[in-house]
Amino acid sequence: MNRTVYLDNNATTMVDPEVLDAMLPFLKERYGNPSSMHDFGGDVAKDVELARMRVAELLGAENDYEIVFTGCGTESDNFAILGTLAYFRDRRHIITSKVEHPAVLNLYRKLEREGYRASYVPVDRDGNLDMEFLRKSIDDDTAIVSIMHANNETGVIFPVEEIGALCRERGVPFHIDGVQAAGKIPVDVKKIQCDLYSISGHKFHAPKGMGALYIRRGTRIRPLMYGGHQERGRRPGTENVPGIVSMGKAAELALRHLPDEERVRALRDRLESAILSRFSNVQLNGSKEARVPNTTNVGFEYIEGEAILLYLNEKGIAASSGSACSSGSLEPSHVLRAMGVPFTAAHGSIRFSLSRFTTEEEIDYTVSVLPEIIERLLEISPFWDSAAKRCRPVSP
Amino acid sequence: MWEYTDKVKDLYTHPKNVGTIDNADAVGEVGSIVCGDALTLYLKIEDNVIKDAKFQTFGCGSAIASSSALTEMIIGRTVEEAEKITNRDIADYLGGLPEQKMHCSVMGREALEKALANWRGEEVAAHEDTEGEVICQCFGVTDPLIRKVIRENKLKTVEDVTNYTKAGGACGSCIHKIEDILTEELKNQPVAAGASVKAEKRPLSNIRRMQLVEETISDVVRPILQKDGGNIELVDIDGKRVMVALRGACANCLVSDVTLKNLVQEKLREFVEDDIEVIEVR
Repeated sequence: MNRTVYLDNNATTMVDPEVLDAMLPFLKERYGNPSSMHDFGGDVAKDVELARMRVAELLGAENDYEIVFTGCGTESDNFAILGTLAYFRDRRHIITSKVEHPAVLNLYRKLEREGYRASYVPVDRDGNLDMEFLRKSIDDDTAIVSIMHANNETGVIFPVEEIGALCRERGVPFHIDGVQAAGKIPVDVKKIQCDLYSISGHKFHAPKGMGALYIRRGTRIRPLMYGGHQERGRRPGTENVPGIVSMGKAAELALRHLPDEERVRALRDRLESAILSRFSNVQLNGSKEARVPNTTNVGFEYIEGEAILLYLNEKGIAASSGSACSSGSLEPSHVLRAMGVPFTAAHGSIRFSLSRFTTEEEIDYTVSVLPEIIERLLEISPFWDSAAKRCRPVSP
Repeated sequence: MWEYTDKVKDLYTHPKNVGTIDNADAVGEVGSIVCGDALTLYLKIEDNVIKDAKFQTFGCGSAIASSSALTEMIIGRTVEEAEKITNRDIADYLGGLPEQKMHCSVMGREALEKALANWRGEEVAAHEDTEGEVICQCFGVTDPLIRKVIRENKLKTVEDVTNYTKAGGACGSCIHKIEDILTEELKNQPVAAGASVKAEKRPLSNIRRMQLVEETISDVVRPILQKDGGNIELVDIDGKRVMVALRGACANCLVSDVTLKNLVQEKLREFVEDDIEVIEVR
């Protein structure tokens, strides 16, 4: 059994062959430094600027120079938040949600230890943001609001336009962690009215090691690093040219393939409804309405997520879990906990995330092997009575 | 992905002895659906020999493998032999477990303990320490349990907490969390009576000094010595000279001089007065 059915595209994606073709010359003969005076380097700068334009188009930015290339999504998030705080030194209050990626959440925890006051906007059972809480949290001391566009675990999309209007009205800088949205849904930073927008290349078929930050023209932000003039001094250091070119190509392809996401949505829905109708011990985690088209998160009761993943892995299927056991940190998913998902289902949660390369046959294969996996684990579970096909009374 | 040995992989994909035993002679249940790990162990015991063992597990791959390993290890053994099996033995049988997964083997050991206690008709203590946020993932030690042990034993350092609960003893990644809990607990702890008196720097009355010496010996020193199977008896107090006798494992201990100087005297000086002198009487 050597096949791989890759359904973990929110973790990372395969490099599109077209992207690889586009970047290869810059790993071979076109190795010039874009800052050089000679044409050998100077011509490379043109490809860097073309890539910048493609990324600007993907995000709906008005000007190319509003895009700064970084090393990853985490760097973009950190740059946006720390760079803003470095400018507004007298403001000591920061806002984010309870379900952010660790790239934002752990930074906020650090800032709290340094004396910042932080507000964490809660979510409801479907993973939707408590907008009233957010509205009330903003005060004159607020230095930044950082909210993700789409959640990595559930795929739930947040009302960023509403938040954008609110922040604009209150004069508070607004950063969006758009890592899970860019390339999956249309993004229009002008319409959203955000000041900063972070993305990561490897989530939309570029290689790992590339990020970008959109910085709206006129936004007050200080760089994290000091050095040369690259990226207009905002992110100094010799450019990762192959990475930048790959990200530009990936952005171009993502924009072109955006209509394909409807096909991805149909496949996702097919997988999801097959799972929800086939098993009695399963529930959907996250709102069915406002979701990116590629993600589904289901919670199996009475069985544990890592065990499901390992059994899926035996069948060549790659997915991920919010269970306590499967993450490196061993902490159960903070997202599912914030949503109030019962422990019984949180421990057995599985995320399937598709891409435009996912095929119908792969989904059908997954649907066909799941029953034996789930039934085998239920048979092992002390909380399930296989003969009666129902849960056992759980002892206290 | 965890680095599981081939043995672990084999046993979570093809676990042995899954199921229940009707009319089992002993049942041991540990963990809960809330904490994400649970194991129920069923034993058939005849003439002091474990004739059969079956299990049901709710948990990750290594939990399933540990459960399977445990049943394979105990079938055919006498109760006494089975009792000697440690969680380390279970992990060794599996060719090792990732440090963060060692608690799976601990769970197996605990289930066996409970099942054998159940067989003997002994009262099994309620599992109050499985509720609450898990701080030490390696050993599955919860926040409430750590706080309880800190309070009951007046622990002061992370090393103390590790020695008492195992928390932080494996991968060490929770040490900063233990530190945070300690800081919080120490803040909330009413300042020890001795410390407050000491802080006031008032000369102690004889009665007050005796009270503090007695308190310190019983609340601080004795629990530490008991951990190593020792004990201490307060024989007399004469001014600032405190006469004690070491009991249990301490009595014949060659390093009892060191114990006295380092521990008893240090603690008394810390909690009572700076110039307390400890004298051992046999």
